[in-house]
Amino acid sequence: MSALALAAPAVLPTVLASGSQTSGAEEALFWVLAPVMVLAALGLLFVRKAVHAALCLIVVMISLAFLYVAQGAVFLGVVQVVVYTGAIMMLFLFVLMLVGVGASDSLVETIRGQRWAGWLAGIGLVVVVAGVLGTAIYPDPVGMEEANADSNPVGIAHLIFSDYVFAMEVVGALLVTAALGALVLTHRRRLTPKRGQRELADLRVEGGHHLAPLPAPGVYARHNAMDVPALDPYGNPIESSVPRVLRVRGQEADAAEYAARIDRVLAGRSAKGDGDNVPPLSDPDGQQVGAPDIADAVAGVDLEGDDK
Amino acid sequence: MSLDHYLVLAGILFSIGAATVLLRRNAIVVFMGVELMLNATNLLLVTFSRIHGKLDGQVLAFFVMVVAAAEVVVGLAIIVSIYRTRRSASVDDVNLLKS
Repeated sequence: MSALALAAPAVLPTVLASGSQTSGAEEALFWVLAPVMVLAALGLLFVRKAVHAALCLIVVMISLAFLYVAQGAVFLGVVQVVVYTGAIMMLFLFVLMLVGVGASDSLVETIRGQRWAGWLAGIGLVVVVAGVLGTAIYPDPVGMEEANADSNPVGIAHLIFSDYVFAMEVVGALLVTAALGALVLTHRRRLTPKRGQRELADLRVEGGHHLAPLPAPGVYARHNAMDVPALDPYGNPIESSVPRVLRVRGQEADAAEYAARIDRVLAGRSAKGDGDNVPPLSDPDGQQVGAPDIADAVAGVDLEGDDK
Repeated sequence: MSLDHYLVLAGILFSIGAATVLLRRNAIVVFMGVELMLNATNLLLVTFSRIHGKLDGQVLAFFVMVVAAAEVVVGLAIIVSIYRTRRSASVDDVNLLKS
């Protein structure tokens, strides 16, 4: 940045004479930028959404940076872009995002006649400013050549650190105070004690819930579908092994039926349990005993379970 | 073109900024109006600095920028804390002391 700031004055005064008289280039720049700036400023006044207002203000600020450089205030032009558009407006946009982008002005007047009073005061201010600017007598412009003799940033640095050094110190204190103030103002006091890992574990033990993960659904070696409840060592289905969503929807498979099938298989009969005449262990057709009857399993359960 | 044009432009921008402060309800947009007024003042200072051929005006504008940065930080912190308690960034909603 310093290289840019130091290199700029060598180039610029030849293009836009920052002297007492304005050059044609500066005039053209002014007449291009001034209407844009006024329009953007009016946008700030009339645009409905706050984000658009922020964009309008950014346009005004960048145009102002151009005008500063054209007037020989190169350092201020750079600071305008870096501090104003770069830092302050980005802070505005951050807060806008925090508060909610969609928030737009309400048109309900809470104070009666406030709108008209505001317009009146605004127009009054325009009249006053116009009167002051019109009647004031300005001396003949001197120009910045002499003041910017050893480049604009160097001249400003000499002034800041000699005549204005006390103001500089005060401004430093002000910045520190502002930073602290922002920290204090946005600090939120904790209303409930903080819950760490330790507290959460204690809470779980006190509650008497499962400390380990919940059992997985499915009766292994026969079904691993999500809707079939797992069995505990005594053969009773464990309700909590089926996902909550399936239980709420009522898509859970009939636990008793599956438990009974296991019993039947263990007793050496067909899983379907439609007769006692089925020979145990080996089948004449070579079919395995206890092999799940797929059609039956599918018919017995809901459609959601895929691989039975 | 005389340098008066810059002063007129600064006056227009300042008036628009003041009108924004007076007319808008959103606290953040009101703040932007304040920023616009400060910027217009800076343009005025830079132009006067050129008219008088001294750098003091630019130093003053520099200080204005620094103070504006501090002011924005604190102001936006206030807006955020008001928004947290009132769920609104409208200046009309901050009327708890009324009646």
